Amino acid sequence: MTAALELKDLRKSFGPTEIIRGIDLKVEKGELHAIIGPNGAGKSTLYNLISGMYKVSTGTIRLHGKNITDKEPYEINRMGLSRSFQVSNIFPKMSVFENVRNGLLFHTGCKYAFWKLVDRRKDVTARTSEILQSIGLYEKREVPVLLLPYADVRALEIGITIAGGADVILLDEPTSGMSRSETERAVDLIRLIAKDKTVVVVEHDMGVVFDLAQRISVLVYGEIIASDLPENIRSSQRVQEAYLGADA
Amino acid sequence: MIKLFKISGVWIAAVIVMLFLPIIFSSGYAHSMLGLMGVMVIFSLAYNMMLGQGGMLSFGHAVYLGLAGYFTIHFLQMMEAGTIGYFPISLLPLFGGLVGLFFGILIGFVSTRRAGTIFAMISLGFVEMMTVMAFLLISFFNGEEGIQGDRMLGPEPFGITYGPAIQVYYLIGVWTLIAMLAMYFITKTPFGRMSNAVRDNPERAQFVGYNTQRVRWMAFSLSSFFAGLAGALFALHFEHIGYESAGAWLSGEVLFATYIGGVSTFLGPIVGGILFIFLKSTLSELSNVWHLYLGGIFLLTVVYAPTGLAGLVLMHEPIWKVDFKLLRRMVLPYLGALVAILIATAGIVGYIELINFVSDEYSTGTAINFLGINVEAHSIMSWVVFAILTIIGFGLCKVIFPVVSRNWNDILETAKERLLQ
Repeated sequence: MTAALELKDLRKSFGPTEIIRGIDLKVEKGELHAIIGPNGAGKSTLYNLISGMYKVSTGTIRLHGKNITDKEPYEINRMGLSRSFQVSNIFPKMSVFENVRNGLLFHTGCKYAFWKLVDRRKDVTARTSEILQSIGLYEKREVPVLLLPYADVRALEIGITIAGGADVILLDEPTSGMSRSETERAVDLIRLIAKDKTVVVVEHDMGVVFDLAQRISVLVYGEIIASDLPENIRSSQRVQEAYLGADA
Repeated sequence: MIKLFKISGVWIAAVIVMLFLPIIFSSGYAHSMLGLMGVMVIFSLAYNMMLGQGGMLSFGHAVYLGLAGYFTIHFLQMMEAGTIGYFPISLLPLFGGLVGLFFGILIGFVSTRRAGTIFAMISLGFVEMMTVMAFLLISFFNGEEGIQGDRMLGPEPFGITYGPAIQVYYLIGVWTLIAMLAMYFITKTPFGRMSNAVRDNPERAQFVGYNTQRVRWMAFSLSSFFAGLAGALFALHFEHIGYESAGAWLSGEVLFATYIGGVSTFLGPIVGGILFIFLKSTLSELSNVWHLYLGGIFLLTVVYAPTGLAGLVLMHEPIWKVDFKLLRRMVLPYLGALVAILIATAGIVGYIELINFVSDEYSTGTAINFLGINVEAHSIMSWVVFAILTIIGFGLCKVIFPVVSRNWNDILETAKERLLQ
C-alpha cells in the first residue's frame, strides 16, 4: 500500500543555511501522526515545503504515491492535501459562513464560475452548514470573523482546512494559545476529523500529542531523529536527551 | 421572498429614475450630461471590479474603454463606406465589450501575474504605450485629432435614428441597467466571492485550491469587457474618440470617480460616476481652476473619508437597522458641521479665485463674480473678508467636529447595547 504522504531525503536551504537536513518520513493512510520538536527545529518550514508554499531544494514529496514536489499550493490542494496555519489565516472581511464556504467552493465544482449564483447551490450551503456544525460555529455563522473570540477563530481555521474534503490534513499547532477546556474541544474535533482522514499535526502540548497521536516523529534541527509509536517515543533515550530532556 | 422583493425594488426604482430623468431635465445639454453619467457609471463599476472587488489598483483602465471606442468608430466608418454589412447600432456596445474583453485577456495575462505595486506599475506602462501608439499608428488612431464616425446609419426601427441626444441617452440608459445588473450578479457568483477572497488573503485562497493569478486575470478581463462596453457608448455619444480617452487622463478620472463614490460597496461607483460627471460639468462652468477643486475633493476624500460617499452613508446602516430614531441626535451636529464646512470652503475658494484673477493675464474688469456678488479684486477689503470667512469656518469646525464625533459614539454605543440585549 502506498503511504498517504511520503518524504524522501527532503532538504531546504535558505542561503547557506540548511534548515531541513534530509528528512525521510512516511505517513500511512488513515494515520493520526504528530510531529514534535523544539522551537526552530523546522516544523513550520516542513509544512511549508509539503504544502507547496516553499520550493524544495532537493528531495521528493509524494502524496498517495504521486509526486507533488514542485507543484503550486493550489495544485497540491486539489490533489487532496489541505493545511491549517499556526497564525490564523482567514478571510478577514467575510462572515464565518463565507469563510468556510470559500474552503469548499473549488472542490464542489464551483471553481471560477461567474455565470451562476453561489447561493443557488443548495449542496454547497448544506455542506458548509455541516462543516460549521462539526466545528461548533453554526450558531455564529453570520458573525463577521473580526468579531470572533480567539478559540472560535482557531476552530474556523480548521473548518476552512477540512471544508474542501481533502483526505490528508496538516494541522499546524491547532491548540496554541487555548485554555484547557478549549483545548479539549479542539482535540475532540481533531479526533473526529481523523476518523476518515489522514491527519498530521504539529503540536507543542505534549499532553495533546500523547493523547491523540498513533505515531510520533521527533524533529530536531531539521532532522527526524525518531518516528515511532507514542510509548516507544516516551521511553526512547535519544529523544529524551535531544528534546524531552530539555524540559523534563 | 421579501428580501428578493426588496432587492428588485431597488432595481425597479433605478429603471423609473432612468426613464423619467430626461423628462425632468429636458434640455439637450442635460440629456448629454445624463448620457455621460451612464457611461461613467458603467466604467466606474467595471473599474471597481478590479479596485474594490479584486484589490488591483490600475492607472490605465481607460485603455480598454478607448480601444473599444476606436474600434466602434472604425466599425461605423466601415458600415458607412459599405465595406461591411449593417449591424444594429443598438447592439454595438456588445461589440465594444468584446473588443475590451479581447485586449483585457491579452494584456491582463501579463499584468495580473503580480499584484499590488507591481501591478499598478505595469498598468502605467501599458497606458503610456497606448498613448504612444495613438501617435505612431496614425492610420488607425489618427494621432492628436482622433477619429469620428456617424451614428445615424442604416434602417430606423421604430423611428430610432440616434440623431437626438435623448435617443442616445436611452440607449446608454438601457445598457447601463444591463451592465449594472450583470456586474451585480457577478459579485454573487463563486468567481465574485473568490475575487474578494483573493483581495483579502491571496495566500489562503491558494491553499483552498484557487490559482490567485487566474482569479485576478478573470477579474481584469471581465472588467475590461464592461470598460469596452462603456467605450462603445462613449464613442456613440460623442461620435468621436481621441487619444485622451484611451490614456492616463480618463484613467485618472475613473479612479477619481470610483474613489469618491466609495470602493467598498457596489453602490459606491454608481454614486461616484454620477457625481463626477456632475462636478466636472458644473465646476468647469463656474471656474477655470476647477481642476484644483476636483483635486481638493479627491484629497479630502482619501484623507478623511476613505470609504467614499457611499461609505459615509452606509456607515449609518447598523444604526438605522436598530432604531432609525437614534439618528435624530445627529441632525443638528451634521447641520452645524455642514455650515462650518461651507463657510470655510467659501473663504478658501474666494482666495483661490482672487489669486487666480489677479495672476491671470486674460482677466477682464476689476471684480470677480462670487456667488452672484461682485467682489473687487484690487480692494484690500475683499481679501480681508475671505480671510475672516476662512478663520470663522475653521474655528466653527474645531468646535463642532468634536460634538459630531461625541454624539456619534454615543448613538453607536446605544445601538450596540440594544443589539446585544
